[in-house]
Amino acid sequence: MSTAVEKPVEELAEATVRFCGDSGDGMQLAGTQFTTTSALVGNDVATFPDFPAEIRAPRGTKAGVSGFQVHFSSQEIYTPGDTVDALVAMNPAAFATNLDDLRDGGILVVNESAFDKKGLDLAGYEGNPIEDVALHQLEQKYKVYKVDMTKMTRDAVKEFGLGVKEADRCRNFFAMGLVFWIYGRPLDPTLRFIETKFGKRPDVANANTAALKAGYNYGETVEAFDTQFLVPKAELAPGTYRSIMGNTALSWGLMTAAKLSEKRLFLGAYPITPASDILHELCKHKNHDIVTFQAEDEIAAMTATIGASFAGAMSVTASSGPGIALKGEAFGLAVIMELPMIVINVQRGGPSTGLPTKTEQSDLYQAMYGRNGECPMPVIAACSPGDCFDVAQEAWRLAVKYMTPVMLMTDGYIANGSEPWKIPDYSTLPKIPITHPGSPTGDDKFQPYTRDEQLARPWALPGTPGLEHRLGGLEKQDGSGNVSYDPMNHQHMIDTRAKKVDDIAEDIPPQEVDGPEEGDLLVVSWGGTYGSCLSATRLARKHGKSVAHAHIRHIHPLPKNLGELLGRYKKVMVPELNSGQLNTILRDKFLVDTIGFNKMQGKPFSVGELVEKISEVTG
Amino acid sequence: MPVDLDLPVLKPADFASDQDVRWCPGCGDYSILAQMKKVMPTLGVPREKIVFISGIGCSSRFPYYMNTYGMHTIHGRAPAVATGLKTVQPDLMVWVITGDGDGLSIGGNHLMHCIRRNMDLNIVLFNNRIYGLTKGQYSPTSPLGKRTKSTPMGAIDNPLHPLSIAIGAEATFVARSIDTNIKHLGYTLQRAAEHKGTSFIEVYQNCNVFNDGAWDYAKDRDTKADTTLTLEHGKPLVFGKEGEKGIRLNGLEPEVVELGNGVTTDDLLFHDEKSPEPSLAYLLSRMRFEDGFPEPIGVFRAVDAPRYDQQVNDQIDQATKDQGPGDLNALYSSGETWTVE
Ligand SMILES: Cc1ncc(C[n+]2csc(CCOP(=O)(O)OP(=O)(O)O)c2C)c(N)n1
Ligand code: SF4
Repeated sequence: MSTAVEKPVEELAEATVRFCGDSGDGMQLAGTQFTTTSALVGNDVATFPDFPAEIRAPRGTKAGVSGFQVHFSSQEIYTPGDTVDALVAMNPAAFATNLDDLRDGGILVVNESAFDKKGLDLAGYEGNPIEDVALHQLEQKYKVYKVDMTKMTRDAVKEFGLGVKEADRCRNFFAMGLVFWIYGRPLDPTLRFIETKFGKRPDVANANTAALKAGYNYGETVEAFDTQFLVPKAELAPGTYRSIMGNTALSWGLMTAAKLSEKRLFLGAYPITPASDILHELCKHKNHDIVTFQAEDEIAAMTATIGASFAGAMSVTASSGPGIALKGEAFGLAVIMELPMIVINVQRGGPSTGLPTKTEQSDLYQAMYGRNGECPMPVIAACSPGDCFDVAQEAWRLAVKYMTPVMLMTDGYIANGSEPWKIPDYSTLPKIPITHPGSPTGDDKFQPYTRDEQLARPWALPGTPGLEHRLGGLEKQDGSGNVSYDPMNHQHMIDTRAKKVDDIAEDIPPQEVDGPEEGDLLVVSWGGTYGSCLSATRLARKHGKSVAHAHIRHIHPLPKNLGELLGRYKKVMVPELNSGQLNTILRDKFLVDTIGFNKMQGKPFSVGELVEKISEVTG
Repeated sequence: MPVDLDLPVLKPADFASDQDVRWCPGCGDYSILAQMKKVMPTLGVPREKIVFISGIGCSSRFPYYMNTYGMHTIHGRAPAVATGLKTVQPDLMVWVITGDGDGLSIGGNHLMHCIRRNMDLNIVLFNNRIYGLTKGQYSPTSPLGKRTKSTPMGAIDNPLHPLSIAIGAEATFVARSIDTNIKHLGYTLQRAAEHKGTSFIEVYQNCNVFNDGAWDYAKDRDTKADTTLTLEHGKPLVFGKEGEKGIRLNGLEPEVVELGNGVTTDDLLFHDEKSPEPSLAYLLSRMRFEDGFPEPIGVFRAVDAPRYDQQVNDQIDQATKDQGPGDLNALYSSGETWTVE
């Protein structure tokens, strides 16, 4: 790389970068590469990919804007950041929809070439926001860099003989190169990526490499870029790390649980955003003895999962709200059959098709109550991408120990977000023991509904001589498993199924808090809002507030000590990306006057808005 | 299905569960159950390797009455439940028991997909042309004009022909039998059991409470020789008391002809259940009594094709061969990693 003048380097504790452009501009790729590189140089990272539901919304329009935000830090972080320190806007639409998030004094890189008449029209601009007076105003607020990326990219890749369209597709690599320079990131990981990804098309690989380097060199040479910023390594616990996305971690967690319990893994699924990647990931690893079944619909996915469980597999179905709705009738069957399985709901905005690519936590009522009859199912939720790995194992452990389907909640934000993940050593993970009854020795008839101390019934597998039995959706006589309409037996079975699930509270860790054991305010969260709530409560404490944070993983049943814990604080606030679903559950269970804080905009909470709310509530 | 020679010799009674059978007295389901219990011991498959899976309806109570493994599931979904079970444990012999409402109405989607995958299982559709369990509404096989509780002025939706649906979904084995024709029914179940791949059997079943006599034309001693035609592989399509009638092809249409007067059996359509093209089987499935044809009973189609459950597991074996058995530690560490000291 040609070296120009040595430029000063300024050290930062952390920074947040957002790439945004048209959904065809490769912004997700740019963001992912920047994330990987930042993780590799030792930062803690958290990401927030945000893309439109349409595969190709009209080019250049606001509806088609796709963004990827990366927060990287020399300290442990839990969110992808509220405001942005550097914004790369590839076109006027992206500029218009993202500028508000750039902090005062932040770096603004715009792809000047896209600000032509057509681009401006599509974004609804009358004049050009990066010319004349408007530019002057921008420059008062931000460090503005207008870069003719189209021309420079075309020049850089000229020698590789690509068509104009293909050449222009390298623009994201130019933009990456430039931001890599600004934050002093090495290019090697991305060069390796180009090699593996485009190795079969040397012209494309060479062009992307050239564009990346051109962007980097541009930063280094052009005088306008007068400072490089450096975010030193984070103090993470020692170990080997990788960056992992929620859906990947969840898939690996499932595979791990299968092996820890010496089971075949069966996934029954029907594609739906944002859950499909679990199907995609598991399909890749058939050599781990995984049966993936892409069913004709969610009902088939779920009922096949029940069949697979009866057959003795670790069986799982993964979907999102609308698909979970279709599976509802079969959940009842799984519950009455008392078979172990995992139902994953990667939540998205609803109702109905709602906001398919945006995040929300609004399926909690569905998870808790969305079935006919008295039909309790344990509900547990992951709190971050890496946590999905652990939650998958926990869900399976509970499912087999208590012989029950378990509902596992994540959301689009966790599923698509990524963070550094300390690579575990498989051999140190706790085994998940499973016993199946063997053939009976005497003449006694097998009783499929006898119960152990957990009230779980035996998981007898077809193929075992002497254990022939019939399960079914009609109420069963406890013990014998014969169809029974006996009123007292029905009452008993309803009570037993409920008690069995309630007793799980004895088996889960007590609720812990981050912060003081008593005080003015307890912030209670669940699921993907963990990071923002943790960061906000810690920040509020720095500001002298007496605030603690309790993040609930087990939502049904709730931890045993939760009621007592809530009573130790003057106020309890429950921030949720829904209109107050956990909030009602807590009020219902504990008769406490909790305060809801709710947002349904397809976006996670920012730390700032939570801190503000905490201040308001604590006065 | 491997035949275990050391198997204790079982009798039909050994396949009866200890549950009281609760169908209406006189229901055609009894006879199907009896034939199933009779066929089971002849299959050489141990009882614990057999699973009956049903949906909802009178007929779907079936699994409770068999002393094998069984699942009585939810309305229409038995083929999907069976799919999950069979892919995980391909060595089990799986029977799906369904009704015309269960299989063709609420479960039509699953039925079609199960058949096209050619999972190695046997689907027996009890066709009584009515909803029995919900007490007498018309079903997808009820004829046009059928007056029922939900169609007081007569049904106006066209009936489905189960075998046409199955053939349209690429079924590799389709057959039809009749509850009261017990010998034929037993033989048909046996053939289905032997078939590798999805076998689909339609059984004309009498619901003597809500749709009594729906199939009388095909059962009546006096009419059945003229209204049904027993299919035999390689044989001409002949029917009638004296075998005096036959089916001939006229262009692409079948027609009924009297033998004699220059028309010999050589002029008739010959049955070929092994034909790779399903056209003949489809044509046979379209022959309706109300259009003046005898309705074929027997095996319409029996061809070999790759099976889903086997292929799922073959792919797993292949992947294991290509990539080696799964190593989780290697997976966790794949891709870009870094170490914090
Ligand atoms: C989701 C659902 N919808 C409706 C029903 C009510 N239902 C039970 S059986 C049945 C029809 C069964 O008809 P068929 O398959 O012909 O069986 P038959 O009783 O005649 O043997 C219906 C509509 C149900 N149990 N579940
Ligand atoms: S209602 Fe009809 S189908 Fe159902 S048991 Fe009675 S006779 Fe049989």
